Amino acid sequence: MKKFVNDIDDVMRESLSGLVSAHPDLIRVEFEPTFVARRNKTPGKVALISGGGSGHEPLHAGFVGKGMLDAACPGQVFTSPTPDQMLAAAAAVDGGRGVLFIVKNYAGDFMNFQMASEMLDIENATVLVNDDVAVENSTHTTGRRGVAGTVIVEKIVGAAAELGLTLAECKQVGDRVNKSTASMGLAFTSCTVPAAGRTTFDIGDDEMEVGVGIHGEPGRRREKIKPADAIVDELLAAILDDLRPEHGRELILHVNGFGGTPLMELYLLHHSALSRLRSAGLAPVRSLVGNYTTSLEMAGASLTVTLLDDELRGLWDAPVHTSAMRW
Amino acid sequence: MNTMLIIRSARAVQQSILSHEADIEMLDRAIGDGDHFINVRRGCEVVANLTPELTELAPSDALQKIGMKLLGTIGGASGPLIASFFLAMAKTLDGIVEPERHDFAAAFAAGVEAIKLRGKADVGEKTMLDVLIPAARLLTRLVDENAALSDICAQMSDEAHQNMLATKDMIATKGRAYFLGERALGHIDPGCKTCQVAIEAVCDVVLQPDLKQEAV
Repeated sequence: MKKFVNDIDDVMRESLSGLVSAHPDLIRVEFEPTFVARRNKTPGKVALISGGGSGHEPLHAGFVGKGMLDAACPGQVFTSPTPDQMLAAAAAVDGGRGVLFIVKNYAGDFMNFQMASEMLDIENATVLVNDDVAVENSTHTTGRRGVAGTVIVEKIVGAAAELGLTLAECKQVGDRVNKSTASMGLAFTSCTVPAAGRTTFDIGDDEMEVGVGIHGEPGRRREKIKPADAIVDELLAAILDDLRPEHGRELILHVNGFGGTPLMELYLLHHSALSRLRSAGLAPVRSLVGNYTTSLEMAGASLTVTLLDDELRGLWDAPVHTSAMRW
Repeated sequence: MNTMLIIRSARAVQQSILSHEADIEMLDRAIGDGDHFINVRRGCEVVANLTPELTELAPSDALQKIGMKLLGTIGGASGPLIASFFLAMAKTLDGIVEPERHDFAAAFAAGVEAIKLRGKADVGEKTMLDVLIPAARLLTRLVDENAALSDICAQMSDEAHQNMLATKDMIATKGRAYFLGERALGHIDPGCKTCQVAIEAVCDVVLQPDLKQEAV
């Protein structure tokens, strides 16, 4: 294993400390229990809290800031955070209008957030993200997994909360974005969890895992690598088959890197996907390209499509100021 | 039943789990994701470290404290499942200073029911519930029938052992082994093995001569 590590047990603490020291104007970090919160609490709005295992950076702590999350609870690498973190984060960022949890659909995340929700004596609700169309069930889930579409949910609901929408309205927007969002990815290489010290799975030099999850868990099948256009065709076919957009529908196209694929290739994928969507009679009016929901150093990428309407497009365009997303 | 029994049980479970490390690890490597034993051992350690704070507490408060500690420590899916067990037991025993045998049976049943609800699983799905649900039913029946303590413990250990072995022939429809389909056939569920080891350890503690008078 070749990684920048001092002591395996300190990786998370040191990394979160670095995130905050790089963006001291935006965020602060608390330990025991661990959460990242906006530097200054924003009262009078619904507080948005997300979280999940570490190793997907910048998700979620990179999206704490104005127009997006109020707090994020990072777990150990690929391991769900625990309810004490969520309760402490909720107490710290509650602005008097309730707390909305945004949770990726994984058994561990779901159950830990569910227990926090039950224990929290502040009015709260949960948006469960399950945008991955690759597999119906997986090693870590009952039902579809929550992957890169989570970023879009967090951005749009974040804007809704900033506008002063109620808890119920924010949840409704979140559920609507989730329903309008579909993703699928594939991996060329595995990744190494620092504490494990070896790769999560083995894959041949000429192979790819189609429909891979963001923890390197298996997807639909293993096959020989193909040209980028053929890959994009397959991913988009699965995504559009799920969303079934009508002709001319506006949408966001999100090309997400898993951490080990250069931007050069991600933009190549964007070029390919954009022209295919246009040929299919759709209107990709917004784009997001980069490493947003990663799997450590895994090489590979996912495509995400979110169908838009006037309200969702307006919320997507609203100002955001976080360490990993800003406009 | 009293708090001292809870503490002794926790200690016995920890020792027994550690002595079964090789068995449990082997099962988890076969059909799990390899971190089950680490999680269980860590859970046992934090409970052991907690015992000085438990001695003065009522059984319900001690169980509540154990549940909350596990909830904040284990993480993943197993943390909420095992914590739900202890928190539901605590709730059932709330306000009872010296729980009787039937109180404990009711608390155990409530704990198992909480795991069932949290995990949305049931008997026959190749999860720890294949040992726990029959164990809760048997305990309730034996206590209702006023069975002797030695009979209760002997039958509970025996039942847990048989149900643990029976998971070998099951296909998982919930939990970590679900994704393996028929590949999980022929392997005992690691969670069941852990639960069986724990039940046996608690039964042994209950039967220890110096505890017979005060226990359960």
